[in-house]
Amino acid sequence: MIYGLDSLLDHIDGWTVLIVLVKCVIAFAGLMVSVMAMVWFERKIVADMQNRIGPNLAGPFGILQTLADGIKLFFKEDLIPAKADRFAFKLAPYLSLIPAFLTFVVIPMGGNFAGGHGGVVKTPSWFGGKETLLQVADPHVGILFVLAMSSIAVYGVMLAGWSSGSKYPLLGSVRASAQMVSYEAAMGLALLSVLLESRSLSTNAIVSSQSIWHWNLWVTGLVPFVVFLIATTAELNRPPFDLVEAEQELVGGFHTEYSSIRFALFFLSEFMNTITMSAIIVTLFFGGPSGPLAWAPDWARGILPTVYFFAKLLLFLFTFVWFRGTLPRFRYDQLMDLGWKLLIPLALGWFLLLVSFHVADDQHWNKVLTGGVTLVGLVLAAAMLARAMKVSAARREIEEVRA
Amino acid sequence: MGYLGGFRVTLRKYADSIFGGDSGRVVTRQYQGGAGGSTDLKRDKTPRSHGRHVLNRYEDGMEKCIGCELCAGVCPARCIYVRGQDNDPDDPTSPGERFGFVYEINYLRCIHCDLCVEACPTEAITETKLFEFSFTNRADAIYTKDELLVGDDGRPQQLPWEDWRVGDDEFTSGWMRATAPNGAAAFESMVSWSGELGYGVREPEGGQPLEAAIAEQAAAEAAAHAHDDHDHGGGH
Repeated sequence: MIYGLDSLLDHIDGWTVLIVLVKCVIAFAGLMVSVMAMVWFERKIVADMQNRIGPNLAGPFGILQTLADGIKLFFKEDLIPAKADRFAFKLAPYLSLIPAFLTFVVIPMGGNFAGGHGGVVKTPSWFGGKETLLQVADPHVGILFVLAMSSIAVYGVMLAGWSSGSKYPLLGSVRASAQMVSYEAAMGLALLSVLLESRSLSTNAIVSSQSIWHWNLWVTGLVPFVVFLIATTAELNRPPFDLVEAEQELVGGFHTEYSSIRFALFFLSEFMNTITMSAIIVTLFFGGPSGPLAWAPDWARGILPTVYFFAKLLLFLFTFVWFRGTLPRFRYDQLMDLGWKLLIPLALGWFLLLVSFHVADDQHWNKVLTGGVTLVGLVLAAAMLARAMKVSAARREIEEVRA
Repeated sequence: MGYLGGFRVTLRKYADSIFGGDSGRVVTRQYQGGAGGSTDLKRDKTPRSHGRHVLNRYEDGMEKCIGCELCAGVCPARCIYVRGQDNDPDDPTSPGERFGFVYEINYLRCIHCDLCVEACPTEAITETKLFEFSFTNRADAIYTKDELLVGDDGRPQQLPWEDWRVGDDEFTSGWMRATAPNGAAAFESMVSWSGELGYGVREPEGGQPLEAAIAEQAAAEAAAHAHDDHDHGGGH
């Protein structure tokens, strides 16, 4: 019996509730600590890439720098602008923070996924001896939940900008919502390819379908991963897609008017989202905690999947920092062009190609031929799309000249 | 590599910073404004950087300032306040007729342009390279004559909020020793200034060989002549 969300309803006893509570607390505390570590990690690595020293005074290697910054922020004056909508102004940071927390709930962080185990672990006998998953909850609609939460996070940014009653935050939040909505489409379409191959919406099942080396990274053919990675970076408002808080244009972006602990909450949720999204990429494309276990001694098999998970997670956290250290910010029209004209058609076309393979499989058609026909159709469609873009650009230019 | 070339650059810098490669060397210094003690590393200052002022003394201990107020007159930021007074004939403070009785510089205003140093007829006021003095109130910002005047050993006085180490006071009066009175570059080894208490007659600033300077000046003049000839045809 797996003690997930639904089975809670029929087989409840004290241990079950306690296990869920402990998992919640561990996920909460772990995420908080990892955010602190992430801020330090990012600052240190960017400093290394830019020939600087980086934080090195608070604690060994400056690892307590985030704590020092956090304490400082707590003691700052909490200011609410006179023209602000007070209720929405106070609500916005939480709308941004809570989805960041909740998304992490569906991430499987450990457990043996090899050989159809499904990531089930048994708690020690002194702790109930129950079977459970190393994730807080495993709803059947796990991935939809992730998408829903990342959409709700847009409200936090939007309300923050609007309720500040000031022009720069408003501009920042308008940008943010436009950007997040456009890239959510590309993200969802890239996700479809994963769902098609894994045949489930549950994160646990997606990880199970990838064990051990059956990673969606190559099963879906790399393109959805690249699209998803780019769309995720945009969704996180991280460089090079950080137009939301482009200092040169918008002062601080949507959180210009925020100070003290409310600003800290935005800061926290931003880095928390980075960690969560990295974890989702690992779950969707890199097999989550699954990995080779057969070589390891018995005592290590319990902990090893978690080690694999965090190693993969670290790789993506580094990638996001690497993006930041390398790429300059996009211009707004470049951002929109990339999202609408390249990523969405690419993700959609790739999804259709994968679908054609599956249809060929079901109908016992020749796979190569079906794929070839689909590819020709897609290339044709791409050519027509490119042509249409060119024509409309030319028309717009003529209109501008006339005006 | 096109778009992806940048990723290689940052990755190489990161890897080098960990494994000690050449491109990863740190170009910033660990400096906390003196709070870090011996781990605080200062960057070497450029030969002519402008820091806070000092009022110099002659080698016999007499003050150089004669209270003429030329520095106050020339100061574009109006940060210098000077009042002169007649010397007591029996116990003179400066060799001349008068001496600077009050001398104050307001460092909230000073822009360190060095015009006061240029204006001074007796090289009494010069600028050191000490700029690490973060005072925390307005009274500290106004340096009085007692604070500006060099000590009995000829060295600047170290005030409690100033961060400077042994040797930082060596290179005062850089501008004065780099420029000839007539403004020509070819001045080397022509000492036209008086000695200072504790240091004697300071060496001129090196680095501008006489021959090279003369050749440069000749080339500039020749170029100017050629330019003039050319311009005649242009119909000014």
